Amino acid sequence: MNQDDKQTLLRLQNIHKSFPGVHALNDVTMSVLPGEIHGLLGENGAGKSTLMKILNGVYRADSGNIVWQGNAIEIHSPQDAQRNGISMIHQELALVGYLDAGKNIFLGREPGGIIPGTINWGRMYADAGRIVDELGLAIDVRRPVRFFSLAQQQMIEVAKALSLEARLIIMDEPTSSLTDREVETLFSQMRALRDRGVSIIFISHRLEEIFAICDRVTVLRDGAWVATSPIADLTTDTLIKYMVGREVDQIFEPRTGSISGQVILEVKDLNRGDRVKNITFQLRQGEILGIAGLVGAGRTETLETIFGAHPASSGIIRVNGEQVRIRRPDQAIKQGIGFVTEDRKGQGLFPAMTVAINIAITRLAELVRAVLVNRGAVNTLAEDFIARLDIRTPSAQQKVQNLSGGNQQKVIISRWMTLNPRVLMLDEPTRGIDVGAKHEIYRLMRQLASEGVGIIMVSSELPEILGVSDRVLVMHEGRIAGEFNPQHATQDDLMTAATGMVQEGFRL
Amino acid sequence: MTSHVRDLSWQVVVGGMLRRGIVLIVLVGLMTYFASQSDRFFQSRNLVNILEQNAALMIVTVGMTLTMLIAGIDLSVGSVAALAGAISAGLIVNNGFSFEVSVVVTLALGFAIGLLNGGLIIWGKLPPFIATLAMLGIGRGLTLLYTEGRPISLNGVDQYTFYGRGDVTLPVFGQTPVSVLVALAVVMIVSVILSATRFGLHIYAIGGSEETARLAGVPVTRVKMIVYGSSGMLAALGGMLLTARLFSAQPQAAVGMELDAIAAAVLGGVSLFGGVGNVIGAVTGGLLIGVLSNGMNLLRLASFLQQMIQGTVLVVAVAIDMIIKRIEGV
Repeated sequence: MNQDDKQTLLRLQNIHKSFPGVHALNDVTMSVLPGEIHGLLGENGAGKSTLMKILNGVYRADSGNIVWQGNAIEIHSPQDAQRNGISMIHQELALVGYLDAGKNIFLGREPGGIIPGTINWGRMYADAGRIVDELGLAIDVRRPVRFFSLAQQQMIEVAKALSLEARLIIMDEPTSSLTDREVETLFSQMRALRDRGVSIIFISHRLEEIFAICDRVTVLRDGAWVATSPIADLTTDTLIKYMVGREVDQIFEPRTGSISGQVILEVKDLNRGDRVKNITFQLRQGEILGIAGLVGAGRTETLETIFGAHPASSGIIRVNGEQVRIRRPDQAIKQGIGFVTEDRKGQGLFPAMTVAINIAITRLAELVRAVLVNRGAVNTLAEDFIARLDIRTPSAQQKVQNLSGGNQQKVIISRWMTLNPRVLMLDEPTRGIDVGAKHEIYRLMRQLASEGVGIIMVSSELPEILGVSDRVLVMHEGRIAGEFNPQHATQDDLMTAATGMVQEGFRL
Repeated sequence: MTSHVRDLSWQVVVGGMLRRGIVLIVLVGLMTYFASQSDRFFQSRNLVNILEQNAALMIVTVGMTLTMLIAGIDLSVGSVAALAGAISAGLIVNNGFSFEVSVVVTLALGFAIGLLNGGLIIWGKLPPFIATLAMLGIGRGLTLLYTEGRPISLNGVDQYTFYGRGDVTLPVFGQTPVSVLVALAVVMIVSVILSATRFGLHIYAIGGSEETARLAGVPVTRVKMIVYGSSGMLAALGGMLLTARLFSAQPQAAVGMELDAIAAAVLGGVSLFGGVGNVIGAVTGGLLIGVLSNGMNLLRLASFLQQMIQGTVLVVAVAIDMIIKRIEGV
């Protein structure tokens, strides 16, 4: 054991892991120092989650060592990892919504009462309260966790990790469903943890977050280690180059100039309940209209209302200048309006069905011979889009659930393209998608726009809103709180409007 | 910040109260109505009768509730009850076993059948609905095989029939049917287990999210096996009470009891999707079904009408539950 090993909290040495047909990790080495926030980056499929699952005892490495506080250890299960002081917070939060915070924190390790088998509730809630206080969380530990915001639920997970006396916490994309403010809260609490000597491995696709919070980063690509470096020595461009393996001049597509197409969609005084209030805007052919706002500002609800998923209580929708009646999604589709939902798995895809069917499903009525589905025609249609959009799949017969997030998104966009939409609405189109695939989605959106489609994009990522849109609307509490020209507006301008700090924010 | 933090608003508070109280409100309403329609309804003998008639159902409902809380179900309870009744009677009448031995053997058999259900679900990876549906058929078939399709009479086996028709005199309540006391004991014991023990918390955690429970180190397999075993054992206990009440083991006893038990649990606020509900609520739901059927008998309603009304009550109760959920906004 050398001096270096003593100072290192964790060292993953020469880790190899193969799955049938895939060399998922190839000789990966990384180390984590005590009291540091260590970013782990890479595109989807780069091997980040496989590596973290090995560290958390879900998988066993084929070869290689885990050196923990100077000693080689074996980790056979998540419980094993916890006993050693390693806790993982999964992207899909692992909390039981119906149980209160205290029960969630101590689940599986409840303090025993006097009678065997019973629980010492008083001690449990007192301990939970103490841990939560230390984190600076002002929450009632007797309240079911489903009543807490996602950020608070994240922190309850952190509290759970701390109750296990974790020295290393792995956070897998903890910010993916948080608003910017919640991210700030989480970050300040992460910094406090670091100052107490806890180390954190932080996985995120958002580079600005990596720069904001990490001390050092390790980048993986295609299952291999690419670089480890203090964040201060890196730039966005070098990081992207490490991740995708090539220079990316620009993540965002250049704009095509001024938008002068005719108005394709007009929404006037649209209302639904208290989530959509007097929404009025116009969308032109070839335009990408970004809608920003905090979670709960009514952005998704506005799209749903235009699409007829939830009918409006009042308001006028005009398509191509003609007033239309949209009470159900099929009526919107008939008008040429498409909607790529935020929840890909639940609302966008038929996960267990093939790529071909997922692309062709809205056209099946036409792709029949007698009464039977014409498989040949379905495949031809699908393969056309697979080629045009460069969807990476072994074949059109692959189940869509086996594709990466970016390719799944392309499948959904393909489905709408088969209908030649006049308007395409996309809700958080790049959530959980890696940098390379994001770039392709942006290019696709710009290409559709140049073909005359009007595009509405809801996004919580302000750089994306500013980089992609031709025009930006900001929503706050169900209303449009501002309209901006993204070439002149800043993230601060948008946030100010999104938080309702100004009544009307306009910077054109 | 506060805009997207869901506060414990009046909706949640009112919703919670309604959820807990709705069966009780409907129950009291029904009883008031029947009392106004029939003088005999509120006679203490009739009220005690309702409890006595439904003691077996309550016990079976407790087991059903346990399986539903872990997001499972047990459709085999009716068949297991019939099989348990037949075997417990047969062991005494045909094989000369003592009453005590017969009871212990039968409870163990019920537990074993429940474990078999659990094994099929956990290791056989069958959906609980299918595994226990298969056991429903197998159990009924075994009962017919064992009884050769004929009732086994318990005439003269007073020690056994005492648990069906016998009373004990209690200080405050006076004459109380033994079967009701057995049911109450079961309800209280399981209720305490669910609310105060580690095992109980683990049941709710598994029903809320099995994967989360597993990651937290909850012994998921063990808890599930014990739950299915308990459901089988409680079904066996219910079957013996039913047998004692009828003075004989009937091969067609408890047909459709699983549906009554599920209806009772759902009426009592137990979620079919796991993680929500409690035994007291479920048993109150069972009482509601009992009161409804008793009252309709007193009013001499035709049986087809009774069945239609029972179905309607179930739909209405669940609809109310959905409305409450919407009020809560959860």
